[in-house]
Amino acid sequence: MTALGVRGLEKRFGGLRVTAEVSLSVEPGERRLIIGPNGAGKTTLFNLITGELRPDGGSVTLFDRDITGVASRRRTHLGIARTYQIITLFQGETLLRNITLSLLGLSPLRWNPFVRLAKRDGLVAQARATLARVGLDDLADRPLAQTSYGERRRAEIAMALAQNPKVLLLDEPFAGLSIEERRDVLRLVNEIPRNVTIVMIEHDMDVALDFAERITVLHFGKVVVEGTRGEVVAHPRTKEIYLGE
Amino acid sequence: MRRLAAIVALAILATLPLWVSGTYYVNIASQVLFYAIFALGVNVLAGHAGLVTLGHAGLFGIAAYAAAKIMNAGYGHLSVATGALVVTLMAAGIFAVLALRGTGLGFVMITVALGQIVWGVAYRWISLTNGDNGITITGRPSPLGLSLTTPTRFYWATLIVFVVAVVSMAIFVASPFGASVRGTRDQPRRMNALGYHVWMIRFLAFLFSAFWSGVAGLLYLYYNQFVSPQAVALTASAEALLMVIAGGSATLLGPIAGAGLVVVMKNVASAYIERWNFVLGAIFVAIVVFMAEGLVPGVARLARRARGR
Amino acid sequence: MSLWAVLAVNSITLGGLLFLLSAGFSLIFGLMKIPNLTHGSFFMLGAYFATSLIARGFNFWAAALVGGLLVAAFGGIIERLILRRLAGAELAQVLVTLGLSFMIADVCLMVWTGDPIRIDTPAGLRGATSLLGMGFPTYRLAISLIAVIFAAGLWALLDRTRLGAMIRAGVDDPAMARVVGIRVSRLFTVVFCLGAWLAGFAGVIGGPILSVYPGLDQEMLPLALVVVILGGSGSLLGSLVGSLIVGFLYNFGQAMFPELAYVVLFLPMLIVLVVRPQGLFGRQAL
Repeated sequence: MTALGVRGLEKRFGGLRVTAEVSLSVEPGERRLIIGPNGAGKTTLFNLITGELRPDGGSVTLFDRDITGVASRRRTHLGIARTYQIITLFQGETLLRNITLSLLGLSPLRWNPFVRLAKRDGLVAQARATLARVGLDDLADRPLAQTSYGERRRAEIAMALAQNPKVLLLDEPFAGLSIEERRDVLRLVNEIPRNVTIVMIEHDMDVALDFAERITVLHFGKVVVEGTRGEVVAHPRTKEIYLGE
Repeated sequence: MRRLAAIVALAILATLPLWVSGTYYVNIASQVLFYAIFALGVNVLAGHAGLVTLGHAGLFGIAAYAAAKIMNAGYGHLSVATGALVVTLMAAGIFAVLALRGTGLGFVMITVALGQIVWGVAYRWISLTNGDNGITITGRPSPLGLSLTTPTRFYWATLIVFVVAVVSMAIFVASPFGASVRGTRDQPRRMNALGYHVWMIRFLAFLFSAFWSGVAGLLYLYYNQFVSPQAVALTASAEALLMVIAGGSATLLGPIAGAGLVVVMKNVASAYIERWNFVLGAIFVAIVVFMAEGLVPGVARLARRARGR
Repeated sequence: MSLWAVLAVNSITLGGLLFLLSAGFSLIFGLMKIPNLTHGSFFMLGAYFATSLIARGFNFWAAALVGGLLVAAFGGIIERLILRRLAGAELAQVLVTLGLSFMIADVCLMVWTGDPIRIDTPAGLRGATSLLGMGFPTYRLAISLIAVIFAAGLWALLDRTRLGAMIRAGVDDPAMARVVGIRVSRLFTVVFCLGAWLAGFAGVIGGPILSVYPGLDQEMLPLALVVVILGGSGSLLGSLVGSLIVGFLYNFGQAMFPELAYVVLFLPMLIVLVVRPQGLFGRQAL
């Protein structure tokens, strides 16, 4: 069984073929890295997988179940979670409230207009625990506006982890971080257990290589190289794409 | 601390008719209260859901007109209130489905169009609404046998409804659903990705907002014993939005303070100058240009600046 | 038979007026993303200005042109002094146009009082003309002709001139337009003034049919809104088709169900929003 499958995925914007016949299969527990120069269509691919974009052709499967026609909010309930390249956290809230909102998204409690959210001890405890996983539990009550960029990047990952996803999509999780911070985030990601399948987009190879087991290289919306880390690194086309920049 | 302040405020409001001189002021207070309910309703949408509406007087008015018609058909007050609110919620459902086809400015535009259509109907469908002449009713409810015909009694009844409204708002704001609504305002895309049904959340917020706007419309009808197309004009929707903007949308007190401000200003201004519309427009322009965050927070900001912090 | 013909001509006339009113609104909304709630006021103001100009001896057409220019100048002042200060805060801009519409309405009430003012049909266009064996009011035919001329002119402007290309670029993709070097802020002023002029001019030439009175602005604004919702924003063809639809619906509706004129307007708006939210010819959804 493949955890995440994409077959013949197509997406066009006007005349531009942003995603061209992309197919890939990610095994359960795998650590897959998707790389490619800017404009290669990596984030669009994520948007197609999460359902935020509708494809013009092709299919997406989750644990062998076709989810191409499933609404994006439902895909979250089926076990997909993602982080964003540009931080999209709730600016006016504390870190704790941010994670709580993430937890609520999958809970029927989100429709409840009567109880006091702050008094839901179970939920709050779970939120603190998730923050602890990314090393932010001592900042739980800090308003987001008063956190550093590195802390927010980790909070982004906590948002996704809070939903106990089966498939985690990380969109450029290292963007804008210092070397120290990148090491921290990498350690965080490597600590995620194997019952979570992780697909990461990065466009800076150095950092993400440590993480990757298999790599897919995208260029102009097409898959041009795919294989194990060793195979891809050694592949002449990979060097061409990156050195030819 | 806040609990204490609320109790003190409630005590002051409850005893208001006793320490205020004359029924004129009691009446103003009644108006402030039911317009505050209206403003709180509008704030659910404009403040919490981030969906600015300029057509809510349409819902306020539908409640008032429906109530007037049901009452003049001979039904008792319980039927009047229930019937009016049911009609309002049904209309709100239709309005919401249409308005939510747009986002941001499209939403505003559609609410303006909807509000104006309600106004046009009120003005032109004379056999239904009596047009410009409006509909008169006689009598107020007598809950538990106590008649509400005196200003003081009516004020206390309005106060009770006001307290219920404020409590319901406080519960809503603190609830998971309230958090969901605010989430869709701040990061709708993210909320969708987190598993929330953004459209449905907005739709339900619209209905909740419409409910209290309808209650305010009912109180308006009982207060004035009269409803006319004036109640659903664009100026009425604008005043409601002004109450929210003036008071600030982030707190419960904001819309209440805003309602107080606008009602008092309107009554004072109307006594001295005939040009309330001009003043209303000018205030809108001034607040929007100079104090985007609302009068109450804006004044606070200026005061801080003056103190040199 | 002749009743239908009369209604049809009246509908086309109203449609023509609405086109002049809503073309400007549609361009302003499409380019600047502002639903200009002062647009009804511009219409009314143009008509009021014309009554004063005519009283001072201007002839009808001069009053129409100058009235339009006065409104355009006024619009330009609003755009540069107030709207530009709020660039980027579109909601604030909408609220400002709302506030201004209230102020303008009250000032008009002060200056021109509350009585409706008639504008006489211009000499030479009074009476009836025979067309296809039937008699039609000459002036109404004239309005329809004027609307067609303006539609063609605006189309030519948008399609054939550099200004038009810049406007279309700005409507389609404002960020890109800036990158390409289009002076977007100057374009905004030009378009806002153009829209204001059209509205004011429409108010004047509509005068002989509608008269001018307090509340005219509140009656015209929703019509413009419904036209844009039906036809789509930023689309000239959409404004034209939408205006004709609204003109017909409103007139036939009023003739057949006099009290339900606004309900008749509501239904197509409902249908369009549910079935095709971007309007018949619009590019993006509202």
